Order: sequence, then structure tokens, then C-alpha cells
Amino acid sequence: MSATVQASETVLRPPPPARGWPRERVVGTALVALWALLGIGLALYLFNAWNPALFEKYAPLYLKGVGVTLTLVALSMVIGSVLSLPIAYARMSKNRVLNALSYGYVYFFRGTPLLAQTFLIYYGLGSFRPQLEAIGLWSFFREAWYCGVLAFSLNTAAYQAEILRGAIESVSKGQWEAAAALGLSKFQTMRKVILPQALIVALRPYGNEVILMIKGSAIVAIITVYDLMGETRRAYSRTFDFQTYLWAALIYLSMVETLRNGVEWIERRITRHLKR
Amino acid sequence: MESAFWTLLSWGPDGWSRSIAYGVFVTVSLALATLPLGLLIGFLVALAKQSTEPSLRLAGNIYTTIFRGLPELLTLFLVFYGAQFGIQQVVQLFSPGTAVEINSFVAGMVALGVVFSSYASEVFLSAFRGIPVGQYEGGYSIGLNKGQTMRLVILPQLIRIALPGLANLWLALLKDTALVSVIGLSDILRQSQIAARVTKEAFLFFGVACLIYLVLAIISSFGIGAIERAVGKKEMNR
Repeated sequence: MSATVQASETVLRPPPPARGWPRERVVGTALVALWALLGIGLALYLFNAWNPALFEKYAPLYLKGVGVTLTLVALSMVIGSVLSLPIAYARMSKNRVLNALSYGYVYFFRGTPLLAQTFLIYYGLGSFRPQLEAIGLWSFFREAWYCGVLAFSLNTAAYQAEILRGAIESVSKGQWEAAAALGLSKFQTMRKVILPQALIVALRPYGNEVILMIKGSAIVAIITVYDLMGETRRAYSRTFDFQTYLWAALIYLSMVETLRNGVEWIERRITRHLKR
Repeated sequence: MESAFWTLLSWGPDGWSRSIAYGVFVTVSLALATLPLGLLIGFLVALAKQSTEPSLRLAGNIYTTIFRGLPELLTLFLVFYGAQFGIQQVVQLFSPGTAVEINSFVAGMVALGVVFSSYASEVFLSAFRGIPVGQYEGGYSIGLNKGQTMRLVILPQLIRIALPGLANLWLALLKDTALVSVIGLSDILRQSQIAARVTKEAFLFFGVACLIYLVLAIISSFGIGAIERAVGKKEMNR
């Protein structure tokens, strides 16, 4: 009796079936090996092409470029978020005129390339130089940097307005009614009931928008702002050394990945109370 | 003043319509040429990412991470100068002294294609997750093999789920084509840039360029609506 119990206790679960080497695994391993080879090749190339003089000359410039890129993105995001509030409000209002105006704004900025918008502001407004000089705004529109910030702010305002609208409309109507039943004013309801729920929904799109802005900001290099991309183009045109572009790629990739993981971490933290 | 604008925008020898129309042709053909490339690669990457094999998933995720994280402009330069640099190195081995020029249309197509495919793979992946396992099992149980199940059972449903996401990507692709003006391809933006430089009417021509992009977007959304109705109707008739 006791012997059988002993035996049944020592019985092990059957071993998992051997994975073998089906075609998928062969292809997958080959592809991973290819990526690894590419990575090693990149590292070897950068190691062999290592040039202290080049690094000493351009590393500070690249660092400055990263600063310019981040400043541009931060400034445009902040200005854009302020501008997006009235646009989102107009988009949700029942007033026909307001609705049409804001719809037109959003459609224009989402339907045309950011590069074309930047050109329209930087080169296009140059056509109105006499008029701009007359009202004293020419010194603003003469600078590529200000034009870049303006174009990016207007562009991101359109996207952020849509994010905000989507998030606010995702909160159910019952929340408004319940708050009204408690005697909260519309403004209080918005601030204390709707926004805290909407912002959780909006976090991920906002994170994506920042990432899109970082990637999109590379195009200000074309209107001669020396952001990271601008510095890279300058370094390449002086040295014709391809590693300049590879370094830029590594820097952009690490910025975007850091941000993406940061947003995911924040999302995990602020939705802890929703997990069951 | 008014008539001067119309002369600039006319088809005549003083007008720029002809060259801008050529730009529209280049933009649209670049976008249309990129689309099948991007869809195909995107679908294959999505297949890899939803596979049960961890190494395939890893390879697919590396692809998406890299090409979604790089700015489109930088990807374009990497392809344009990188391919030039790489091919030059190879050619130098055989015949030193020959210069290599990369076709900017092909470079643009490849760069936009990899960016499009990395986003498309995510769209396809979430569409794959929207299809219950029972559909595969049903396919196998009536004797279809893996390829047939994919083609006859999964793909028709997949396309319907993925269509809105792919439509967004198409609009983004149309806008991203503006970047190829930087590597010297005569698309809408470059043609209007030339016109602006020659005539000193920058606002007019860049405004026209923006309006053309808007019109292309509007035409696309009509086309997308028609496709969506066609796909939906097939479902209704069944």
C-alpha cells in the first residue's frame, strides 16, 4: 500500500515534446542570426571607423543638436497643448460655425505634410515681407527657428485636439449625469470627474504624439535649423563619412525607445487601480 | 494682380501647372509603388510576430522597433547614402574609379516601404488577434492545409478588420512622400519649390502644394470608403 503511494508520488510529469527543428524555427533562427550579424557589423564598422579627431569635433555639436531637437519638441508640445484646448472645445460644441472652423483647421493640418506646412510658413510668409515689416513681425518670421516652432505647434495642436476630443468623448455620458445630479457645475465636472478618466485614455496617444514629434522634428534641418538632423547633415557634407548618419540613427532610436518605455511605465502605474 | 496669379498657374509657357502636374504624377506613382511593397513586407513581419516560434517573434520585433523608431527623413538618407556607400564599396573591388548613383525613386520607395511595413505589421498583428482560433481549427477540420486556411479563411476576414488601420497608413504614406523632395525627386513639393524660387511667389505655390495634398487625401478617403463598402457588401450577401 505504502509502496504504491510512494511510487505515485515519485512519478514525474512527462517531458515536454521535443521542439525539433521545424521550418519556422530554422527561418526564425536564421533571421535572428542575420540581425545579430548586422548589429555586429555595425559595431565593428563604428569601431574601425573610430576617429578621435572627428569625435572631438562633432560630439559637442551633436549634443547641442539633441538639445535643440528636445527644446523644439518640448516647446511645440506645450504651445500645441494650449492651442488644442479651444480647438477641441470648438470641435465638440454644437455651434455650427465653431464646429466647421475647427474641423477645417484639423483637416488641413492632418491632411497635408508637415514639411509642406513648414515651407508654407517659412518661405511662404516671406512673400508678405512688407506687410509683416509694417506690423513689426518680420524679425519673428525671418528666423527659421521661430518658423519651425510655429509650424510644429500649429500641427501638433490639430493632432492633440483630436486626442483630447477622443478621450473626453470616451467617458460615458452617465458620468456627466451623475455629476450633475450631485450638483457639480460643468467646469467642476470636467475638472474632477471627466478629465481624470479621459487623461488615462489619452496618455498613450499623447506619448505617440511626442514620439511622432521627435521623429518629425528632423525635417526642420531642411529649413536650416541645426537640430540633431541638421548637425548630422552638416557633419556629413563636410566629411562624407557615413558613420555620421549611423550615430544619428543610434541617438534617435535611443531617444524614442526611452520615451516609449517611459510612457508604458507611467501607464502601468496610473492604471494600477483598474487592475482586478 | 489677380490675372498675374492665373498666368502663373496656367498651362501656358509662363504657367507652372504642367510641371506641378508632373509632380503630382511622381508623388502618386511613388505612393502607389510603395503600397504593395509595404503591404507585403508588413504582412510577412506580422506573420513572424504572431508565430509561436520565439526566434521569429524576436526577429519581427527588432524590425518594427528599428524602423518605427527612426525618423522617416533619416531612414531615407540612410537608404539613399547608405546604399550608395555600400554599392560603391562593392563596385570598387571590381572596377575602381566608377561612381555609383542610386535612383532616388527606388531609394524613396524602399525607405517609405520599410517605414510603412513596420506600421502595417502592427495593424495586421492586431487584426490577427481579432480572429478567433476556431477559424483556423475550422479550416483544418474540413481538410484545408495551412496555406489554404490562411488564404481562404483567415485573409478575407483579416483584410476587413485591418482596413481602417491600413487606410490611415495610406494617408500617412501620401504625406511622407513629400520627404523625397529632399533627395531630389521631382514630386509636388519640389516642383512647387522650384516654381516658388523662380517666380518669388512662395506663398502661392506652397499653398497650392498644400491644397493638392488635401485634394489627394479627399480623393483617397472616397476610394477607401468605396473599398470598405465593397468588402462589407460581400459580407452581407453571404
